[in-house]
Amino acid sequence: MNHGTALLWKRRALSSLSATRRGLPKEKMTENGMMSRAKVLTIDTINPTVKKVEYAVRGPIVQRAVELERELSQGMKKPFAEVIKANIGDAHAMGQQPITFFRQVLALCSYPELLSDNTFPEDAKSRACRILQSCGGHSMGAYSASQGIDSVREDVARYIERRDGGVPCDPDDIYLTTGASDGIVTMLKLLVCGEGASRTGVMISIPQYPLYSAALAELGAVQINYYLNEEKCWSLDIPELQRALDEARQYCNPRALCIINPGNPTGQVQSRKCIEDVIQFAAKERLFLMADEVYQDNVYADGCQFHSFKKVLFEMGPEYSDTVELASFHSTSKCYMGECGFRGGYMELINMDDEVKAQLTKLVSVRLCPPVPGQALMDLVVNPPQPGEPSYDNFIKERTATLSALAEKAKLTEQVLNTVQGISCNPVQGAMYSFPRITIPEKAVKEATEKGQQPDMFYCMKMLEETGICLVPGSGFGQKDGTYHFRMTILPPSDKLKILLDKVKEFHQKFTQQYS
Amino acid sequence: YSLNGVPCRGKVLTVDNMNPNVKRVEYAVRGPIVQRAVQIEKELREGVKKPFTEVIKANIGDAHAMGQKPITFLRQVLALCSYPELLEDNKFPEDAKKRAQRILGACGGHSIGAYSASQGIECVRQDVARYIEKRDGGIPSNPDNIYLSTGASDAIVTMLKLLVCGEGRDRTGVMISIPQYPLYSAALADLGAVQISYYLDEEKCWSLDVAELRRALNAARQHCNPRVLCIINPGNPTGQVQSRQCIEDVIRFAKEEHLFLMADEVYQDNVYAEGCKFHSFKKVLFEMGPEYSSTVEMASFHSTSKCYMGECGFRGGYMEVINMDPEVKTQLTKLVSVRLCPPVPGQALLDLVVNPPQPDEPSYITFMKERTAVLSALAEKARLTEQTFNAVPGITCNPVQGAMYTFPRITLPEKAIDKAKEEGKVPDMYYCMRLLEEEGICLVPGSGFGQREGTFHFRMTILPPTEKLKVVLQKIRDFHVRFTQEFS
Repeated sequence: MNHGTALLWKRRALSSLSATRRGLPKEKMTENGMMSRAKVLTIDTINPTVKKVEYAVRGPIVQRAVELERELSQGMKKPFAEVIKANIGDAHAMGQQPITFFRQVLALCSYPELLSDNTFPEDAKSRACRILQSCGGHSMGAYSASQGIDSVREDVARYIERRDGGVPCDPDDIYLTTGASDGIVTMLKLLVCGEGASRTGVMISIPQYPLYSAALAELGAVQINYYLNEEKCWSLDIPELQRALDEARQYCNPRALCIINPGNPTGQVQSRKCIEDVIQFAAKERLFLMADEVYQDNVYADGCQFHSFKKVLFEMGPEYSDTVELASFHSTSKCYMGECGFRGGYMELINMDDEVKAQLTKLVSVRLCPPVPGQALMDLVVNPPQPGEPSYDNFIKERTATLSALAEKAKLTEQVLNTVQGISCNPVQGAMYSFPRITIPEKAVKEATEKGQQPDMFYCMKMLEETGICLVPGSGFGQKDGTYHFRMTILPPSDKLKILLDKVKEFHQKFTQQYS
Repeated sequence: YSLNGVPCRGKVLTVDNMNPNVKRVEYAVRGPIVQRAVQIEKELREGVKKPFTEVIKANIGDAHAMGQKPITFLRQVLALCSYPELLEDNKFPEDAKKRAQRILGACGGHSIGAYSASQGIECVRQDVARYIEKRDGGIPSNPDNIYLSTGASDAIVTMLKLLVCGEGRDRTGVMISIPQYPLYSAALADLGAVQISYYLDEEKCWSLDVAELRRALNAARQHCNPRVLCIINPGNPTGQVQSRQCIEDVIRFAKEEHLFLMADEVYQDNVYAEGCKFHSFKKVLFEMGPEYSSTVEMASFHSTSKCYMGECGFRGGYMEVINMDPEVKTQLTKLVSVRLCPPVPGQALLDLVVNPPQPDEPSYITFMKERTAVLSALAEKARLTEQTFNAVPGITCNPVQGAMYTFPRITLPEKAIDKAKEEGKVPDMYYCMRLLEEEGICLVPGSGFGQREGTFHFRMTILPPTEKLKVVLQKIRDFHVRFTQEFS
């Protein structure tokens, strides 16, 4: 026995607390007769809420996809030449090009010596100078204010005002964040309190983007599911909100209502009437509204339009606009920018209690500040080239090309998938995903269950192994019991997408046959 | 009821029904004194007359904000990564272009706008592992044990989050130094974990004493389940650089007492004092032999924010986990996937930090010149600061052995302490607020970091350019003399 162990045993004998009570591990006898101890940090002693966290978008199927990529690069033979990662809303990874103007300004900000370089247009230089002026020591390497660079927040406020037809926006209500995810998690953290039947409950759609379920699991909050109506193009139904809420009141304290519009994974773009109804519901039921609007430029379908929650709120008059507490979220990762890696984002807070705001400001200060390159990028997104500026034409051309390509791919996806017997796909009205419903034969459901897998995971895993296409099973987002779906991005370039859709169709037919 | 008779109800989210842990969080480095400093800056801009023309923010370890220049090579590569058209530009050296191409090759769609793997870009993690091996004299580092993060703060919070469990007297306890960098106390408050304070020895240059560790641990065992020991080396706010012996003792202690070790080493290049040297916890651990190196669970943290880079705004960082249980590692990987990935520009920057220009490369000479200039300026300012403060009656300053701060002890007259209490302020906060209002110098009171009862300190950065620093030191000296006089 070594000295350390002897000391330990002695201390235990002297201690008035039992070893188990003190959390010390039991001694284990290994095969060679040596005493060994369990680790300090094991699956049994880890934070239990972390174990409850799941995030399907980068979950087991993606891990398998990465493994397959490795095997391919090592020369292993597969029924496919490449893995197509249609699991994640990552536009650049799928070949979408960055907006030239943005990257020019970012380069100028990174290496200001380039300001004397003639190859850069004047408007890019003037944006870069403005950003650098607002940075400590005129460097993007300085920490910014924790709430975000002042001038960027001002620009964000002006953008919101323009977008919302003049409804005023106070820069003081803007918090820049590390992607929208950061702002969403921070708000949820503020909202969660109480124990047992008073524990905070948060309403979120089924299907949902699993950041929400993951955050709620981690925070130990209660997730209150409200079902979107697949038969009505994934629309939101107030009676369903009411049902979910009334039921939840039995076992938790519902305080927040989250809505993603345009929707993820479903792509629906809610009507103005629906948004009004949701606001009225939140007001009546005293719920803090969280509006995830990161896809606000991604609207494709005829007759659909993005209506910002804030705009609608203010158009409903002071009875609502003075009282309803709302946080809305935006990001640099989606829309036409696709700059996921920069982790740029913001949230706007409406009618937040001043003392709570002070707490929020204090909370975000602990992490110092969001990444400055992301803040700079956000500044350009809300303050893009204007008519008359040298970069304007090119900017509009690039932006339009990206958005119209997405619109085309949204249509193509819906069309092709709807030709497949056993797949039915709602119109992809917006965002970047299709979430079609798939019919899985009983035999396949049985085999999946035997394997301990969700049927749609079983389906998607087979598709991955046979075609190299990586999708995320609907079970990762939530769906009505007994229904199955998958989420596929519409991001690959059109010709590749066509091939992809054909392969999915082919696979589905084969699969259905195999398990008939 | 509101003024017009319409019934109004309280808000949904108020201070009384918000997350109670969040209310307990404090972060002095950007706390009330800084808020007042920002207000004063605004007043100055609006033309309000003050006894000074600018506010000097010596509260935060932000080198660029204080005039330090970025390293040219790093920024060249970042520009190339941001706008790859520049790869055609002759102005950029070949080694910068090569690095940029390597990084872009590792990004989805060859763009830094793509999400990376959640654990961080693979080739960057490989480069980090190689850097660690070089630094630690060849001790192997597995890229799989490297997690890139959004600054070191992100990884520290993530680790603490994993470690916290239990209820009541079984609640996880985490040992941290007094004084400490208040990220730790803030994170522990947020997580509802128990903070176990161990006192650094001011009389012995802020050294760490294992007997004190033991005292703190044994006392803590009465009311919580201690599982973690955090150490910051080089220290923040104290600047001490622990001896190799001390690090060995800490490792031994952690093993004996079954504690997960967290080694915050973000200042590892910031070592100034003669006879002081940075010893990485990992290196020492492995040199202690397999009895320790195959058992002690450890996480060490590094960042792009300090050292000679000062690239705080990029939020680059990593942690290396050693001897972590594979099932826990899986949970960790899952947890970080929810936030998708750390900022890619920060990952790129980190890659350059661990893979800087080599002697045979075009950018080497300039790189070394810039790096040396920054580090030697800091060393000079560290010495100047210690000297100047120690010449002031009522201020004693330990040598600034490393990091970027001084944490001198100040003697406050009884009458001043009484006045502070009258105003409802902690005495060193009162002192620092007065300094701010009278001289426009923003420091952070020692109470924000923790200190022994009855003692007072402040933390000041040594970052302003030498000439400015001299002026700042002189003003503080004059203020201290005045203040002492006023309350005599």
